[in-house]
Amino acid sequence: MTSSVENHVRCELSLTVNGERKNVRVYPMERLLDTLRHHLGLTGAKEGCGEGECGSCSVLMNGTLVNSCLIPVLQARDADIVTIEGLATGTRLSALQEAFLDCGGAQCGICTPGMILAASHLLNKKPEPTMEDIREGLSGNLCRCTGYIQIFQAVAEAARRRATT
Amino acid sequence: MRSDPADYQLIAPASLQAVVSLLAEEPGAWLPIAGGTDVMVLYAAGKLSASKLVSIWNLPELRHIEVLPDEIRIGAGCTYTDLREHEIVKREFPLLASAAGWTGGIANQNRGTLGGNIVNASPAADSLPALLAYEADLILVSVRGERRLPYLDFHTGYKQTKLAADELVQAICIPRRFSDYFSYTRKIGARNAQAISKVCIAALGRLAGGVVEEARIALGSVAPVPLRLAETERIVKGKRLEPPLLALARKTATAEIRPIDDIRSTMRYRSAVAGNLVAEFLERLSPGGPKT
Repeated sequence: MTSSVENHVRCELSLTVNGERKNVRVYPMERLLDTLRHHLGLTGAKEGCGEGECGSCSVLMNGTLVNSCLIPVLQARDADIVTIEGLATGTRLSALQEAFLDCGGAQCGICTPGMILAASHLLNKKPEPTMEDIREGLSGNLCRCTGYIQIFQAVAEAARRRATT
Repeated sequence: MRSDPADYQLIAPASLQAVVSLLAEEPGAWLPIAGGTDVMVLYAAGKLSASKLVSIWNLPELRHIEVLPDEIRIGAGCTYTDLREHEIVKREFPLLASAAGWTGGIANQNRGTLGGNIVNASPAADSLPALLAYEADLILVSVRGERRLPYLDFHTGYKQTKLAADELVQAICIPRRFSDYFSYTRKIGARNAQAISKVCIAALGRLAGGVVEEARIALGSVAPVPLRLAETERIVKGKRLEPPLLALARKTATAEIRPIDDIRSTMRYRSAVAGNLVAEFLERLSPGGPKT
């Protein structure tokens, strides 16, 4: 394919990622997941199934949990995106990240960024979730290592710490 | 093979008017994409037949729920999350709120839309039996204007609908006359979350003087289209819900459906479960029946 054809269909767009304004030159049907990983070097969001079943590519878009593999980047134009890389403040981990570490909520790590973003979305909506809320909030995120229990405990622990600090 | 984004056009007009104008200019050439929970799956698999896509995600004209005195009008671009969180939907249309809550996980509920579920026209779609039970109408829009038709008539065959090449679903209208009906819904799948149904049911019923005044029963995953069980409804109407009638209803329901064997289930299993679900609905509808 010649570059003139590519230039014809690529577009310039900007989006805010983890608080920073970014300009990218992309094909509009490129998946947000690929823009994050390949153009912006943010490899925290993982590709698992690539069809919205596993949640390993979860990010927040305008505060809402989404599967970034199902989002054409044009639909993220001017959006506010938060990835796992955006949760810590400098070297200080977020309460959720700390709780996942303390409770053994991460093993191989592939699902962990998505799990933590799904949990973050849940706690923003329901600061004091029941175990049922936690199970439902993470039901779109698959883990093949932990058996989920430590993950659920980590989310409950993060909610408890948030409530008491 | 995975699709190459360089092979596709995608544009995002700012208004519904601009979208329908585009559809009218080249009917059938542009594929509307809302939250992408179906379209992007086909795209990822290299199975998307269209190469020109038009985004309708978040168009304000489509993402709006209007509560009128006698009906609720749900913009086709409303997400499952929008439905689950809407007070009137929760209170008056529990079949729809429940279906929205068991469609995919939270991320897919945040993006998948009711209009998309309708137009994608999968017989296994979770929200569609509820729309049949509630006697929804659709408002379709094109540059030619709007038309309103009963949702019951919309699906004409497997993945076939009455939507013209230049039309979009604009809104789903549901009459507000069912809030005092007994409602029953269940989804049978391989697991509780993220599973596509083997069989699902949405049903409404009301008794008067111990007999069935009205029963409305719709099933998913048992035919090429989401199916309303008109014959089963007819044979229970005006009758007392006694064991022989329940047995007849089960038999009638099993005869009305046309299930198949596929990767998720078998024809035999689906027939048995569909009969059980219809019988369970009627048992719970009966006076003194278990309500939960």
